[in-house]
Amino acid sequence: MTDSNQNTTLATRGLSIGYQQGTAARCIAKDLNVSLEAGEFVCLLGPNGVGKSTLIRTLAGMQSPLSGQVQIAGSNFQDIPPRERARLVSVVLTETAPIGMMDAYTMVSLGRHPYSGRFGSLSVEDRERIEWSFDAVGARDLAQRQVAELSDGERQKVSIARALAQATQVMLLDEPTAFLDLPRRVELMSILRNLAHKEKLALLLSTHDLDLALRFADRFWVLTPEGQLIQGYPEAIAMSGDFAKVFASENLDWDASVGSFRAHPTPCLSAKVNGDGTAALWTKRALERLGFGTTEDNASAVFSIEIHDESRWEIERNGQTHDFDTIDDLIDWIQLQDWSQSPPT
Amino acid sequence: MLAALSASIGSVTLPLDAVLKTLTGSTDVDPVMRQIILDFRLPRILTALLAGAALGTAGLLMQTVFRNPLADPFVLGVNSGASLGVALVLLALAPVGISLTEGLGASGQLLIIFASSAGAAATLFVVLLLSRRVDVMSVLIIGLMISYTVGAIVSILMFFSMAERLQSFINWSFGDYGNVSWSHLRLFAPAILSGIIVSILFIKPLDALLLGESYAQSIGTNTKRCRLLVLLAASILAGTVTGFCGPIGFLGIAAPHLSRYLCRTSSHRVLIPASILIGALLSLGSDFVSRGPGLDVVLPLNAITALVGAPVIIAALVKQRNMKRLFG
Repeated sequence: MTDSNQNTTLATRGLSIGYQQGTAARCIAKDLNVSLEAGEFVCLLGPNGVGKSTLIRTLAGMQSPLSGQVQIAGSNFQDIPPRERARLVSVVLTETAPIGMMDAYTMVSLGRHPYSGRFGSLSVEDRERIEWSFDAVGARDLAQRQVAELSDGERQKVSIARALAQATQVMLLDEPTAFLDLPRRVELMSILRNLAHKEKLALLLSTHDLDLALRFADRFWVLTPEGQLIQGYPEAIAMSGDFAKVFASENLDWDASVGSFRAHPTPCLSAKVNGDGTAALWTKRALERLGFGTTEDNASAVFSIEIHDESRWEIERNGQTHDFDTIDDLIDWIQLQDWSQSPPT
Repeated sequence: MLAALSASIGSVTLPLDAVLKTLTGSTDVDPVMRQIILDFRLPRILTALLAGAALGTAGLLMQTVFRNPLADPFVLGVNSGASLGVALVLLALAPVGISLTEGLGASGQLLIIFASSAGAAATLFVVLLLSRRVDVMSVLIIGLMISYTVGAIVSILMFFSMAERLQSFINWSFGDYGNVSWSHLRLFAPAILSGIIVSILFIKPLDALLLGESYAQSIGTNTKRCRLLVLLAASILAGTVTGFCGPIGFLGIAAPHLSRYLCRTSSHRVLIPASILIGALLSLGSDFVSRGPGLDVVLPLNAITALVGAPVIIAALVKQRNMKRLFG
């Protein structure tokens, strides 16, 4: 649905973002040179408060850059008049529902404002695009509903349909999945990825849902607290130490070997787990949650767990053995023990 | 129909057929009656209709711009500004020996109109000047604060005033459509019509603003310019009404809510005409009731607008069960 043959749809040139406070400027990130291509789904990641929204607002032209340029299809975004801009870039924000009794169709039709006349009357073409947008997010049945009465997930779909109705080359989404439950988040991410690929949209989505981003994004932009923007393929960034640097905190650590974050990176006590398969995986997760590390070394383990046939757990501690038929019983037992007397490893 | 009824009620009750005959151009009516109808009742009715339309529209504009169901046409302080202007004339100038308003003669009436319009304009100017750099919520609060400040000055003026002066100020604050003559209407009507025309020109950006300023901007709306011009139009509408008729409360907040309730939409293409119509009807109805059919007295218009309007809004809300379904 885009007219552009150019690959690079959005690019920044020495862009510095931040806020002007009186005469002083608070710079969030500077000298950013990144690009967003048509047909790719990029996730913008970064810890809370690092300035993801500021970057999105600056790219969308809602906020002036401190210095540098945002270029859309080769021209400086700041020089493009508002109506033209609205035909190039659309946004989806966390902002809540519109006020008043507005049905979803009316809300999506507002996306046609950059094309409609003085009083916003809709042409046949406008109506076709609106209906196409509803179909594209699978929300045709929501058209006649009041927006105020939709669930968060439904409202976010309508919001994306509204942005699609704008028929832009670039779509910027600021934490659209923030208030959704997991199935809704997965659904939304796959809708967005398909749109980027099929419609050759350049799509940028900010999120702090790393897990989901790893599964769906074509590329990552990672905004660091130091104000740098790292870009690359998700796996490359996950393997490099960048994630660890950006997201690590006192009680959370990025574990590149399993591709997720780990709580309590420095457990005091360790246990040894023998076994494999699903049961072993979740047993280790349970131990980790309860504050135990896992070790292969018998000497440093305060107890060991042997898993038989993925359905029977045998714990050995101080020469005594205990049998459990379910993981519930196992966890209950671990929690009931007094571990304070155990020698630290 | 309501207009004809309204024309027959007043300090002298006129027979309805005389009213209808006069209005249809027949000369077969008592010339005194004819004069009362044409020179006093008709301007009053037109004023009531125009004022109601103006307040309904202004209220709708304010509620949309501020995204607040409690916003009314006077949130930027035009009302308190106008009352300061009038208080200065009625209360402060009096001790100096200037008493142009004795008996509320024609020139005194004009002075009141001038004073309240000037007061409203001055307040509006200050609020808009202070509001240039802040977000829309702050504009609302600045408007409120200026209102309180100006209201406080009026209170101090009242404290130092003589009882009879106070009485004429209080009478002004009751609101009255009866003080607008044909010659006043020549100024009153164009001011209100131009305000309404401006708001019709802003139908599209107003719809966009329903999504919030960020979204409005992203679909190509020049939000700063739109906000300024719409606030200006709304305040001119409200200020003009206050200038000529005194502070008329409630209509401005009631008419847009009733329009939303009756039309079940948020589109300004529907809501602006609906607010104009409902505002005008509520206004005329309130005036009719305040003239007290069958009574000898004229009740304060301001009290009647609220007495008539508030129950209607409450009923609408109770029926809708919650504000969200009506306003979002």
